[in-house]
Amino acid sequence: MVPMMSAGLLRYLANRLLRALLTVVGLVTIVFLLVRLIPGDPVEAILGDQAGPEEKAELRRALNLDQPVAEQYLAFLGDIADGSMGTSFRQPDHSVSSMVSEVLPDTIILALAALLVAWLMAVPLGTVAAAQAGKGWDKLASTVAVAGLAIPNIWLGPLLILAFGVKLRWLPLPGDDLAGPVALILPAITVGTALAAVLTRQTRAAMIEVLSQQYITAARARGVSSIALLLRHALRNALLPVMTIGAAQLGALLSGTVVTEKIFERTGLGTLFLDAFFARDIPVVQGCVLVIAVIYVGVNLAVDLAYGVVDPRVRLS
Amino acid sequence: MSRVRARLRRTPIGLLIVIAFFSLGVIGPWIAPYDPLAIDLLREYEPPSWTHLLGTADNGVDILSALLHGARLAAVVAIVVVGVSVVLGTLLGTWAGYAGRLTDHAITGIADLVQAFPAIVLNIAILALVARPGLIHLIVALAINGWVLYARLARAETLTLREREFVEAARALGVPTHAILRRHVIPNLLGPLVIQATTGLGVVILAESTLSFLGLGPGKAVSWGALLDQGTSVLLRFPHVALFSGGAIAVSVLGFNLTGDWLRDRLDPRLR
Repeated sequence: MVPMMSAGLLRYLANRLLRALLTVVGLVTIVFLLVRLIPGDPVEAILGDQAGPEEKAELRRALNLDQPVAEQYLAFLGDIADGSMGTSFRQPDHSVSSMVSEVLPDTIILALAALLVAWLMAVPLGTVAAAQAGKGWDKLASTVAVAGLAIPNIWLGPLLILAFGVKLRWLPLPGDDLAGPVALILPAITVGTALAAVLTRQTRAAMIEVLSQQYITAARARGVSSIALLLRHALRNALLPVMTIGAAQLGALLSGTVVTEKIFERTGLGTLFLDAFFARDIPVVQGCVLVIAVIYVGVNLAVDLAYGVVDPRVRLS
Repeated sequence: MSRVRARLRRTPIGLLIVIAFFSLGVIGPWIAPYDPLAIDLLREYEPPSWTHLLGTADNGVDILSALLHGARLAAVVAIVVVGVSVVLGTLLGTWAGYAGRLTDHAITGIADLVQAFPAIVLNIAILALVARPGLIHLIVALAINGWVLYARLARAETLTLREREFVEAARALGVPTHAILRRHVIPNLLGPLVIQATTGLGVVILAESTLSFLGLGPGKAVSWGALLDQGTSVLLRFPHVALFSGGAIAVSVLGFNLTGDWLRDRLDPRLR
């Protein structure tokens, strides 16, 4: 038995952490530079054309836009370090982090619900497809998977609203009361379907591989029923990679929420981001991109680390 | 005639969709029955009829005509973005795979950084750089994260190809590097790249639609995504607008996905 924290593992963890940190610093800098290159003058966008030159100059000073870029960058880093991420141009009494943290839970809940939907659709579908490989159910499952990948979420959302909100009247329409978990169902399906399609294929492949192993043949020879074989012996081993691949997609699911929040008129990071973009509210745009990127990098890091701990071979690459 | 029909029956449906998509991209605007920018306020949001086969949208715009013009935009954006991405990605990827560690680290590092952003967030951030995003900005934004996929593919294939005997033999014979890459490495990359690019065309069509849907598309052009955005805002009263525009996007993306799979089965014997 190798000790839990070997030197190789520690080195791997440190290496991976350092790389994630560098990525985040790179992202922060790119975000800052990108946003500074926006040609539209934010001061004019906020005050409108009617504002006098003194008024504009005053706002420019208040927003630090009269400083050299290098000092703006330092101020920006300072704002990140103190956790506020600056203040909104539109609502000067609000820090960006307070605006982000107000809507972030909505988006995270949507992304997690979408992940759940993807697992719930993919695992049964992929398992049945593998058990019946080459037969009718398998063909049905792969057709569903191809269709799920092809249906864009910008179309799936409206279709679901028409089917379940308008025709069947089972679920609330956008703009209705959005508080309950029922209102989460259609948005979660909208975000999660594409991932479900990917995971169905992966569950099927993993199950087929596991089902060809000798211990399955041995269990079958001992007379284990085929359902028990599938669920107790095969699925348990096939599931781990499928679950981790799903979790690794959490960051990608976040970008699906941008579109879905717009369709279902939900509050969230995506809506905040788009509103800030159209209003040229630079600090909020920066904050949103930064938070999305950090979550993205963080999720990937967590998955990599988990793999490194579970599977020593990963540490070498 | 029966031979044509028999042949047609054997042609995979995905390929038929792709052929139809590009044909409409070329001739669509010419066969469109109406001007997609013509305003007819008396006929706003009409359901499908004989005068307007797919009905009308905001301002009485004929949906069929708008979709036919939108096909042109989708086709142009898809071809240009994938073309630029494949060329750029192949060059950078083979260079990273064949040159020394330093070049490899630099190129892979940039690719990692691009992929550290969700694609759509990066696209929006880039489009934010210009006051009025036009077609060229859209293409640049999509190509900036488009090349990464092809670069990774080209790099991975190059890394294995450079150890193969025929490449080693060429190197031993004193063939210069650029000639090795041009004559021995890149031709061997073409198969996987074509497969990837086919699926990639669908990805770009979807990305263009999504950005247009979010209101970030090229200003004056008629886009499927912009029409779908309109349709979504009147979904409860006039569902036909969203149904037809979204359907056009979904069918096209499906066509490219199916064709990509079909090509993979045909071109890559390892997967048989």
